[in-house]
Amino acid sequence: MEPKHVLTITVDNQAGVLSRVVGLFSGRGFNIESLCVAESHEPGLSHMTIVTRANAAVLEQIEKQLNKLVNVIKVQNLSDVPAVCREMALIKVRTRPETRDEILRLVDIFRCKVVDVTAEHYTLEVTGDEGKLAALVDLLKPMGIKELARTGITALSREKKTN
Amino acid sequence: MPNRVLNFKGKGPKENSKGAASQGAPEAGQDGQAVKKGTAGPVMTGAQILMRMLKEEGVDTVFGYPGGAVLDIYDELFRSGLRHVLARHEQGAVHAADGYARAAHKTGVCLVTSGPGATNTVTGVASAYADSIPLVVFTGQVPTRLIGNDAFQEVDIVGITRPCTKHNYLVSDVEDLGRIIREAFHIARSGRPGPVLVDLPKDVMAAQCRFKMPPDPKLRTYNPTYEPNMRQVAKVVQLLLASERPLLFSGGGVVLSGASEELRKLARRLHIPVTMSLMGLGTYPGTDPLSLGMLGMHGTCRANMSTAHCDLLVGVGVRFDDRVTGRTETFASQAKIVHIDIDPTSIRKNVPVHTPVVGDCRITLERVNELLDKEDLSGVGEKRQGWLSEIEEWRRGNALAYEQAETIKPQYVVQRLHALTNGEAIITTEVGQNQMWAAQYYHIDKPNQFITSGGLGVMGFGLPAAIGAQVARPGKLVVDVAGDGSIQMNIQELATAVQEGLPVKVCILNNGYLGMVRQWQQLFYDKRYSQTRMEVAPDFVKLAEAYGATGFRATRVEEVDRVLKKGLETPGPVIMDFVVDREECVYPMVPAGKSITEMLLV
Repeated sequence: MEPKHVLTITVDNQAGVLSRVVGLFSGRGFNIESLCVAESHEPGLSHMTIVTRANAAVLEQIEKQLNKLVNVIKVQNLSDVPAVCREMALIKVRTRPETRDEILRLVDIFRCKVVDVTAEHYTLEVTGDEGKLAALVDLLKPMGIKELARTGITALSREKKTN
Repeated sequence: MPNRVLNFKGKGPKENSKGAASQGAPEAGQDGQAVKKGTAGPVMTGAQILMRMLKEEGVDTVFGYPGGAVLDIYDELFRSGLRHVLARHEQGAVHAADGYARAAHKTGVCLVTSGPGATNTVTGVASAYADSIPLVVFTGQVPTRLIGNDAFQEVDIVGITRPCTKHNYLVSDVEDLGRIIREAFHIARSGRPGPVLVDLPKDVMAAQCRFKMPPDPKLRTYNPTYEPNMRQVAKVVQLLLASERPLLFSGGGVVLSGASEELRKLARRLHIPVTMSLMGLGTYPGTDPLSLGMLGMHGTCRANMSTAHCDLLVGVGVRFDDRVTGRTETFASQAKIVHIDIDPTSIRKNVPVHTPVVGDCRITLERVNELLDKEDLSGVGEKRQGWLSEIEEWRRGNALAYEQAETIKPQYVVQRLHALTNGEAIITTEVGQNQMWAAQYYHIDKPNQFITSGGLGVMGFGLPAAIGAQVARPGKLVVDVAGDGSIQMNIQELATAVQEGLPVKVCILNNGYLGMVRQWQQLFYDKRYSQTRMEVAPDFVKLAEAYGATGFRATRVEEVDRVLKKGLETPGPVIMDFVVDREECVYPMVPAGKSITEMLLV
């Protein structure tokens, strides 16, 4: 499989811009593994994180084609630079009296939060990189995951350390 | 309501409620006394702003077709003094704007209504996008309050054309209109040009605001690179000087940037042969000894062979399309490739590039020539002898030879057309065999003289494009080289030509087949002519007459010159119907997926 790349894209926060970006990927046969987008701190701008799989030639085209879109301000490939990549998941897991303690232990170990409780379910909120989320999901699977929602990766490059 | 409009100070809230238009319209134009000096401009409707901005952008001709959603605009157009060419189908209007843009070397403008009017433009828009032709297409739209309601003649044209425009806009506030029109023209003609679509809801066109001329557009996100990196340019010069067997490959970007003169200068001073893509024909004189003609699938033998044997290939304003490269793995395999283009996405998209230069073709070639001014080029001519005589050998094979027997050969018609017009006509083409024969046998000497739907390959392009070209160049002879299949795709535009008094000439190479598809069926599908026989076609002579044009027909070889002369001399639009050899093929031909040296010859 082609290597994975995390791209962050700063775009005009306008109607149709997401559609232009996504349409570019689908129209040119580029891959999107995950997509995460929300307004940025600057008024009128949005921050997008796209995870894609591509070889070097295709990646070069993806970056160039994105830059060609009139509404795209900046494209950064975080695969080659130090970066922080995080993803959040909400996991609704079944509980039985005998599993509750174990789940809470996992919540503690993985530094999650229980955000909703019913007689038969916990809903957990967990943040981390992909490996951490995957590990937690694996451990919870035997207990019975009822629903799972993930945000996809959002990311920022790390600043250079001074001195 | 109208009074409120007049009381605005500075930039007030938008005025777009229903009904405001009809009440407000009489107020507009007589706003002088109500306007505070220096605070804001006159009160104008959206439609008036559109007309004003078109004039501001230097537009004098609009190609279009009216309809319900653009009534307000057409009402303003009526009094504007702008020329409007009424097409008979919106597709024709866009192709005409395209032909106009190319022949006039400026931005073409098209105006159509919402829904079907808008969808009918899509083929034309996509063709202009593929060929990088600057167009601004204005489409009507249902009133903003109805958008998304599946209203009558509503379609999401901005969504539909997103992948085939350079950019597009939906104007939802009349206050934004002036700025958006300015940006649309700026984006359409700058950088790598292309079509921009602006969707205009009916209520926004009727709404009023105080109009202030928008400043020159400054787009934070859009800033094409015109000036090349001089280090790259210096590398190109070194490669040119070191090369033993260089080849220039010129494309549509040379036409668009007006780089033809610089290209000629470069080729001649370094004695470099030039091959051209279909879109680049005319950038170097087709009749010049250094011209190798077109390369690629139906390229000349010498062009394709030179590509395979050159040690340096300098692509200028080209995109290494699959019809040019054939199998990319073997394309120019002995050469270092230099690629000059204003669009970075073109570079390394299809072929590996040794030295990329992002920049305007004209400016870049100018810089190359400036650096060469400082070099001693005295020995170059001698050094080039070997390479040029090698190419001369390939030329001697004359892969374009054909035998004119009893039935008229289509190539002969184009050759005679070239001779009788001294190679000076503006040629438009349809798509298929007619297009390839026009490219091979009408040796184009000047840029902006060969107008064809190169990238998208739209049948039915030639006649409306000829109309647009004729509008742009009233004194020039404009000839559409057509096939009997293609011409029927937009034949209705003959009425446009007659109504506008545009003396376009159409040469139909009539073989009763969809010739290019039939050729593939003959060569690769064991002659199973599935649905390529046009058993019924109109009598084109009578059809011309039915439209109020003139028609002539040639069925025998000796009639060809007579019909051409008569047809070209006759005032007004003329159709010349040449009944040609039915199963003639375009050669040389490189089968799809093969190296371009693997040519099928006659």
